[in-house]
Amino acid sequence: MAKYQLNINGEDIDVDVDPQMPLLWVLRDEIGLVGTKFGCGIAQCGACTVHVSGQPIRSCITPASMLAGQPIRTIEGLANGTELHPLQQAWIDVDVPQCGYCQAGQIMSAAALLEQNPSPTNDDIDAAMVGNYCRCGAYNRIRKAIHLASENTTTPFYDASTPNIEQIDGDMKGEQA
Amino acid sequence: MNDNNNDDAMMDDEGSIDVVRAVELEINALANTPNRQPALSIKKLDRRSFLKLSGIASGSLVLAAIMPGPGATAEDFGNLVGSVELNAFIKVSSEGKIVIYSSNPEMGQGIKTALPMIIAEEMGARWADVEVLQSDVDESRYGRHGAGGSTTIARTFDQMRTMGASAREMFIGAASLAMELPREELYAQDSTISHVFSNKSLSFGELAALAVKQSLPDPKTLIFKDKADYTIIGTSVTGVDNLEIVSGLALFGIDVRVPEMQYAAYQKCPAFGGKVVSANLEAIKKLPGITAAFILDGNDNVRELSSGVALVGTSTWAVFNAKKKLDIQWDESTASKDSWTQMVSRAKQIHAQPGTELITESGDVNASFSNPEHQTIEAFYEYPFVAHLCMEPMNCSAHYKAGSNGEKDTLELWIPTQAPARAYPVVKSMFDLEQEQVKIHQMRLGGSFGRRVYAEYICEVIAISKQVGVPVKLTWSREDDIQHDFYRVGGFQSVKGSVDKNGKIVAFEDHFMGMTYKGGRISGSGFRATEFPILNLKNARASKTMFDIQTPCGPWRAPGANTTAFVIQSFIHELAVKAGRDHLEVLLELMGKPQWFDQGNIRSLNTGRATDVIKLAAHKANWGRPMPKGHGLGLAFHFSHAAHVAEVVEVSVDANKKLKVHNVTVAVDVGPIINMSGATAQVEGAVIDGLSTMMGQKITMENGRVEQSNFHDYQVLRIPNAPAVDIHFIQSDYSPTGLGEPALPPLAPAVGNAIFAAIGERVRKMPLTDEGFTI
Repeated sequence: MAKYQLNINGEDIDVDVDPQMPLLWVLRDEIGLVGTKFGCGIAQCGACTVHVSGQPIRSCITPASMLAGQPIRTIEGLANGTELHPLQQAWIDVDVPQCGYCQAGQIMSAAALLEQNPSPTNDDIDAAMVGNYCRCGAYNRIRKAIHLASENTTTPFYDASTPNIEQIDGDMKGEQA
Repeated sequence: MNDNNNDDAMMDDEGSIDVVRAVELEINALANTPNRQPALSIKKLDRRSFLKLSGIASGSLVLAAIMPGPGATAEDFGNLVGSVELNAFIKVSSEGKIVIYSSNPEMGQGIKTALPMIIAEEMGARWADVEVLQSDVDESRYGRHGAGGSTTIARTFDQMRTMGASAREMFIGAASLAMELPREELYAQDSTISHVFSNKSLSFGELAALAVKQSLPDPKTLIFKDKADYTIIGTSVTGVDNLEIVSGLALFGIDVRVPEMQYAAYQKCPAFGGKVVSANLEAIKKLPGITAAFILDGNDNVRELSSGVALVGTSTWAVFNAKKKLDIQWDESTASKDSWTQMVSRAKQIHAQPGTELITESGDVNASFSNPEHQTIEAFYEYPFVAHLCMEPMNCSAHYKAGSNGEKDTLELWIPTQAPARAYPVVKSMFDLEQEQVKIHQMRLGGSFGRRVYAEYICEVIAISKQVGVPVKLTWSREDDIQHDFYRVGGFQSVKGSVDKNGKIVAFEDHFMGMTYKGGRISGSGFRATEFPILNLKNARASKTMFDIQTPCGPWRAPGANTTAFVIQSFIHELAVKAGRDHLEVLLELMGKPQWFDQGNIRSLNTGRATDVIKLAAHKANWGRPMPKGHGLGLAFHFSHAAHVAEVVEVSVDANKKLKVHNVTVAVDVGPIINMSGATAQVEGAVIDGLSTMMGQKITMENGRVEQSNFHDYQVLRIPNAPAVDIHFIQSDYSPTGLGEPALPPLAPAVGNAIFAAIGERVRKMPLTDEGFTI
């Protein structure tokens, strides 16, 4: 076991877990942020994608103890308080989800793409999203929603170092407990 | 409105004998419902505003819902026919919020949005006022909860309309009293009852307290809306769970968290049916985070509880890690020895003979085949086992509480399943708990495709929770998920056909080589006597030879159709090529004049509907247009799950057999569309799924062990390879039927036919990677 501090969605959180435990399971089982999904455990499907210092990573293979001190953002912290990220809104407007299980990872990969490239082409989208499986086959809508969000975005939506307030995940943790 | 009104309403009910009637107070239902729904399409995410909804209890009422409705049949309503069981799907608050319960499992097929749309439409509700909540599991209240076989829309369309229309009539009755106007002059629209000849109106919220006191209308008197007046059905509505999905809120089975919960993993024998002899449990118990490790004997029923080692700990990571360190001695004396290689070689030995069992025979196929004026061809087709690969691995949470002080044991379950109520009899037989001792929450499914109709992961977690006495969440690893699936069964078909001197198809024979599981039938491993084109021809014959296996198999999106379509719709193209004729022309000729093959049964092939979708797909894809070198157009039609679907695919293939699927044009007739967005999503998804499966998916087993284990050796199509999908619906006047499955089967033969058109190579085996193709 090891005690360390993680900065998740702008909040410092103390954890005391096996230093090898991947961030995915620290989020889901220790902290209760279940939006980040388990798909394969071998970084093949992208369901577990989160941002570390603004970069998309696969949380299922990344030991959380390595991430102490770095800002981590999960799907629960993507909205700006109560205002949805343009990608989240686009996902609703385009009705992207079928089963919906992979979509948190899809959105996190797409959010990282838009941070780097606010107006991606289809090829840019394909290159950035190739690591995210959608078993239901919602790929065409994923492309469409990213384009829609891209049109709605004039400036980068958030700065990875800026703390996010009024998080909905706080409410969620309260309800699930 | 107050509690007294509701009490009065309940008393009023007792005098009613004409119709089945229910008026119930639901004081705590909302607050206790696990999946709370936000308002749809809200720009601002304010969880507190929809949490407030749970506070409407004292101001809410439940409108009566009737079932069975007029014209119900035993098949429509299952075991509820003739009973007086009630259902309550609609709740309206005095503030005008309308809660509609969705009783069927949502796995991505969109039913949680579509069924409430039907209710809201008939009710005259404004969709923005509707909150959809997943109901708990109670078949006496809601009817059958299951989802599967693309049947839910067909099965419940009239039931949902009846509930919506009866609620509407009660609002009109209430408004008639309140406004002192004749009910004939009132109508429901936008959650309001309005007067035709004045601007008087009252909202549903204002009328709720009075509406609940109205007599429930006789279902025979209900008149459903004309479809020309629809404002919700047929529109595009975004999924009711989408806000929660994009926000990462807990929704799926795997997201369940319960106080004091521990985490579990379960290791079964890699060869199906193997039993644990011993395991290094003492060493495992010393590993960090492990709180218990023990052997479960199982009951030798792969659908219930197979022998294995249970690991319980403080995190999923802890039990996954410990699982890798397990050292188990297995008794494999009765375990599966199945070998895919042997199945293939056996099929190749026997395929040219007729099957051991005749399925159907008409005319004289042999005379046609030996007729010197006819051209006759034969072909051998092969398709592998495949896995379901739900993105959310199998999981379930259970809290088995031993009763103390003479109280009975209780069990609470949180299950992602296609058949929640099937857990009751299994729990009874395995754990001796009566239904009243069991509380089931049905959770959203992260994909299913037929996988989650079986209950073995439920039995596993119950047994584990019972042993350790605390709530437990069991999560399967992806390796467990791929190696312990109920697979889409593999198989082989040997087909033979002839064309006459005019190039008309005149005879067809199919030798179906399928599987049985320990002597029992496997979903999808059969060949229907009515399979197309048997009934279209004077000379047709089908026979089968079955191989008995021990690998568990089960329904997989469009069972049977997903493989038989590949064989038959490819072979018809082969016959057209042999005849030197256009595939479209031959296919339409085969359909012949418009007719039902089973008159009036909308679940049977209608050659007119088939002809229409084939023509539409061909037209929209500009069939017959000149193609660049290396490009080809392929056509296929298939009828399954009461749906008529035709697809045209454009591919290109380079010299290295690298395939690109450029676009897929789909024409569908499933009657009226409920949710246009949901319907197109099902077709888009089925096309991508069909291509994904055809391209590279294959489960093989040797010595009873599945050889694939995770996404590195069992691949799903990725976004760069997703073709454009152009979808067209013929919204015929027939009753609406389901769309979760039937758009998948035509994809594979259409791709195969397109490959032939592009490079002249015939595809008779899936997956395409086995034939040297890449994508």
